[in-house]
Amino acid sequence: MEFDDTVAVGILHSLSGTMAISESTLSEVEKMAIEEINAAGGVTVDGKSHEITWIEEDGASDWPTFAEKAKKLIDQDQVPVVFGGWTSASRKAMLPVFESKDAFLYYPIQYEGQECSRNIFYTGATPNQQAEPAVEFMFKESPVAGKPFFLVGSDYVFPRTSNTITKAQLESLGGEVVGEDYLPLGNTEVAPIIAKIKNALPDGGAIINTLNGDQNVAFFKQMQSAGLTPENDYYVMSFSIAEVEIDTIGPEYLADHFAAWNFFQAIDTPASQKFTEAFKAKYGEDRVTNDPMESAYNMVYLWKAGVEKANSFDDNLVREALIGVTFDAPQGPIEVMPNHHISQTVRIGQVTPDGQFEILTTSDGPIAPQAWNQFEPSSKGYACDWSDPDKGEKYLL
Amino acid sequence: MTLLLESLFNGAAIGSVLLIAALGLAIVFGLMGVINLAHGELMMLGAYTTYVVQSFFKLPLLEPLFGGYIFVAVVVAFLVSGLVGLLLERSVIRRLYGRPLETLLATWGVSLILQQFVRTVPLAWSTGLWLAAMVALAGPLVGNRLWGLRQRPWLLRLGSWVVAAAVGVAAAGWIRGAMPKLARASARNVDVTAPRWLRGGLDLGDWTLPIPRLVIIGLTILAVVAVYWFLNRSLWGLRIRAVTQNRTMSDCLGIPTQTVDALTFGVGSGLAGVAGVAVSLLGSVGPNVGGDYIVGCFMVVVLGGVGNLWGAVVASAGIGVLTDVIGAGRLLEVWPQMPARLQQGVEFFATTSMARVLVFALIVLVLQVRPAGLFPQRGRMAEV
Amino acid sequence: MADTRSRWPPRWSQVLLWGMGLALVLALPSLVSPFRLNLLGRYLSLAIVALGIDLIWGYTGLLSLGQGIFFALGGYGAAMHLQLNCHSCSRAAGGLPEFFGLYGVQQLPWFWEPFHSPWFTLVAIWLAPALVAGLLGFLVFRNRIKGVYFSILTQAALLVFFNFFNGQQKLINGTNGLKTDLTRLLGMMVGSDAMQRNLFWLTALLALLTWLLCRRLVVGGRFGHALLAIRDDEARLRCLGYNPTPFKTMVFALAGGLAGISGALYTVQSGIVSPQFMAAPFSIEMVIWVAVGGRGTLWGAMAGALVINMAKSLVSEAWPQTWLFIQGGLFLLVVTTLQGGVVGWFQEGGPRRLLARLGWRTRLSTYPALELETGPEGED
Repeated sequence: MEFDDTVAVGILHSLSGTMAISESTLSEVEKMAIEEINAAGGVTVDGKSHEITWIEEDGASDWPTFAEKAKKLIDQDQVPVVFGGWTSASRKAMLPVFESKDAFLYYPIQYEGQECSRNIFYTGATPNQQAEPAVEFMFKESPVAGKPFFLVGSDYVFPRTSNTITKAQLESLGGEVVGEDYLPLGNTEVAPIIAKIKNALPDGGAIINTLNGDQNVAFFKQMQSAGLTPENDYYVMSFSIAEVEIDTIGPEYLADHFAAWNFFQAIDTPASQKFTEAFKAKYGEDRVTNDPMESAYNMVYLWKAGVEKANSFDDNLVREALIGVTFDAPQGPIEVMPNHHISQTVRIGQVTPDGQFEILTTSDGPIAPQAWNQFEPSSKGYACDWSDPDKGEKYLL
Repeated sequence: MTLLLESLFNGAAIGSVLLIAALGLAIVFGLMGVINLAHGELMMLGAYTTYVVQSFFKLPLLEPLFGGYIFVAVVVAFLVSGLVGLLLERSVIRRLYGRPLETLLATWGVSLILQQFVRTVPLAWSTGLWLAAMVALAGPLVGNRLWGLRQRPWLLRLGSWVVAAAVGVAAAGWIRGAMPKLARASARNVDVTAPRWLRGGLDLGDWTLPIPRLVIIGLTILAVVAVYWFLNRSLWGLRIRAVTQNRTMSDCLGIPTQTVDALTFGVGSGLAGVAGVAVSLLGSVGPNVGGDYIVGCFMVVVLGGVGNLWGAVVASAGIGVLTDVIGAGRLLEVWPQMPARLQQGVEFFATTSMARVLVFALIVLVLQVRPAGLFPQRGRMAEV
Repeated sequence: MADTRSRWPPRWSQVLLWGMGLALVLALPSLVSPFRLNLLGRYLSLAIVALGIDLIWGYTGLLSLGQGIFFALGGYGAAMHLQLNCHSCSRAAGGLPEFFGLYGVQQLPWFWEPFHSPWFTLVAIWLAPALVAGLLGFLVFRNRIKGVYFSILTQAALLVFFNFFNGQQKLINGTNGLKTDLTRLLGMMVGSDAMQRNLFWLTALLALLTWLLCRRLVVGGRFGHALLAIRDDEARLRCLGYNPTPFKTMVFALAGGLAGISGALYTVQSGIVSPQFMAAPFSIEMVIWVAVGGRGTLWGAMAGALVINMAKSLVSEAWPQTWLFIQGGLFLLVVTTLQGGVVGWFQEGGPRRLLARLGWRTRLSTYPALELETGPEGED
């Protein structure tokens, strides 16, 4: 294919360290999306077709490194956009860089909300698109409906904030939280936590799990051997376990537990199947797709649509143009909202013994994102709107 | 009462993992005075070995025996880590005896290389490489007996190298075909699935004992007894102790000190491999798994008193029980009416991270009172 | 080592060298891109922590694997002050730094209060780490814990600090760390190119000053002789009636203070301080900079920090997978064949060796004394 010009974008995920397990899949899927776009003629600006190339940097699972590499991509390589990040800690480390240099980050992971940067587009779920429906499901419809809750998470910003929201939500629903505990990142000795859960939930209950990466392996292995299993009425709702993680933890340990996402590989639509098949064809038949990967895939296409709508690579023009852009994503139709987040469909799934999800509930159409949480008292009543200069990051509704 | 028992059991469970991981270190550090910062990575090799062995047992031929793969894994992991340890000793550590600080840095370098090795080299090739090394080592021994090649050592050596290379390449090629998951290099963690009998819990009324923990406690006891027997009842154990106490004198008496060094280091490394199998039952298996344990292991050895097996046992049990008591906030259960201020304090430390902080701080404090550990060696200090 | 002391008036070649160095530092901001300049400034600040390690390891024979503690303490001090004086960034309720709002913290933790003052901060970033190091050192050295035990204990202390900072979200934002790029210092945004350029010059100046200070301390002076004596034969020093504990404590505190300065400079230039600064690999890495550069040479340690870090960023930009192999290989190379580091190798290959071969004089070993004891000597 002949192109008139090229444009280099930045890709910044952890290719080494503890987060490499999850993050390297995002980099793979972003490259796949870029190649698909190139095969379809690239990005057209001013009537000229541009081939997209990428400059990839390794965040190395280390937050200061993310900040450093972001600076490099912006200053040294002058990329118009960076696709990157996974943990909220890495996003929080990059945020000041992107704001001080007025550059552009696309962040693909579901997260805790309570943030609405002018310089970031969030294509993952906000709490009202994942955590809140999931907690409501556990409280009202799950096999342990009405039973008390225990909250477990890794010790960093996403689990802490997400659990603060969950507690506020359960309070308004009338549920009971009997305990919470956090495991330092990198530590896999979960025995004290298991002991606490056992004491706090003698007759079973719902466990909201926001553990990260490989800590889940230790957690689920030891939950099972301690007898805290679905048969004994202990159901775990995880916010960070998708198909890829099931593959590394082993479905034997996860069967019958729950997860909430916008996309599952099991979604039975042509768009979903096309996405999964393209990925398998490129990276191997035994690979699986999941929600963060879908989100990373979407954001490349959204950026392309934004650039073509703005007819420019200029950050400020693209930023404005992006609002209102729609895309027929593998999960179904999505739309970029004025608060730099995306309206998405919410689904709740249960792990099957073959390592996939059985989708139990699907929301009626896409749900609008709330950057500022409406259960948490400090942010209740606030919203974010970048399409109106008077409203901006945080305004009272 | 149940509370006490539960706390003791949990403590034993945490402690036994620490102990089995520290056992090899106690030998290498305690007897040889070598700081091996790659010990954690030797554990990681053991954990990866478990994964490879498990993959073999998922093949149709061995599928019916899947429940027993863990026993094979223990033996193979001992051999894998032991062999790597042996190579490490022969190539690097040997040059650095008597320079512990340099050894420390060198082994840290080795640990980085090992980590990156499992990230970049497909397991199929690593397995082939290991098989080749085993053949190359065993070749001369077998060849000597079989074909009377004793007169032509060069032919024997060449022969075993050729056979070794052939075996390695053939094995790697076959594994790539038979087990596609092992054919790709990956920084991801791998999934080690315990057999069904190892996954559940043992119900004792209202109390469930996790079977993996029981197995690890059993494995640890077995390992401690074996090490004790090896050091105190076997011929090579006697030689090791002799070299530890007085190298020059042992040398004069005809003990092959270099072989003793290599053997000691090999056994210590092999035990790290066994610890790796144990760890794979509890958590995930990935390139970073060793780093989680290494400092804890050193604490066990230093706290117990260097060169003292029982010291390590007591130290790990103590650390285990303390971690559980602090981390799970047991004091609150025993004494619910404690004053509010104290209660705040206990709650502050009743998380996994703060329990770690407190336990390590306590260890440092204990070492203030007893700088040589809980059970220091008495009498004339051994000279390295 | 008295022969390396500077003389007055200086030789013209020295004047030329210094002049060129000064010109280079002044001109660099216009020669390289802001990103590279920023990296260079950061690595230059790392050279200061390397200087401290060279003092305690190269000169005194104490291998600390926990310098990250002091490095991070300095960084946290600077970041806390900047966070409190951040007028433009968004705030939580009560004017607290934003992250407190995420965890529902209403009142500023007490230890944050004094960091409102810039003067307190300027003192705290080196005094606090120095005091912590002094206390830790005193406790350890008093018991005559040394050699590898000292190394392991510093590593354990590092773990204690890491876990504490990592776990305390409500006090210091836990694993997320504190960011400084959007804060203001002297009316300028810290992350801006102009401010970063000033910080680069400040770092260069401080690197020079700390180097001069260390050289003055260890070369020729009585203090320096005591340190060398501790390294080469502590038992003999003790027999001669000296108590090595205060010397060791002092030099360890000094190295801690240097690490604090280094951490503060590094933090404002990288825009973030996080508990990762106290992760074990980073502290061990610091040792390798010194080892590669050449221990016991001061400027070799600084050069080692600069060069290895630059190599790291260049190599990991080009081939992310290979850096760990290279780093591991460096460790092996330095301890097995290049024991004096690069600088030491040049020194050994120079005229000194020739003189030694002629029987003129034999050199002392430049690496730390061999710790022959298997354990501390307390108790019996």
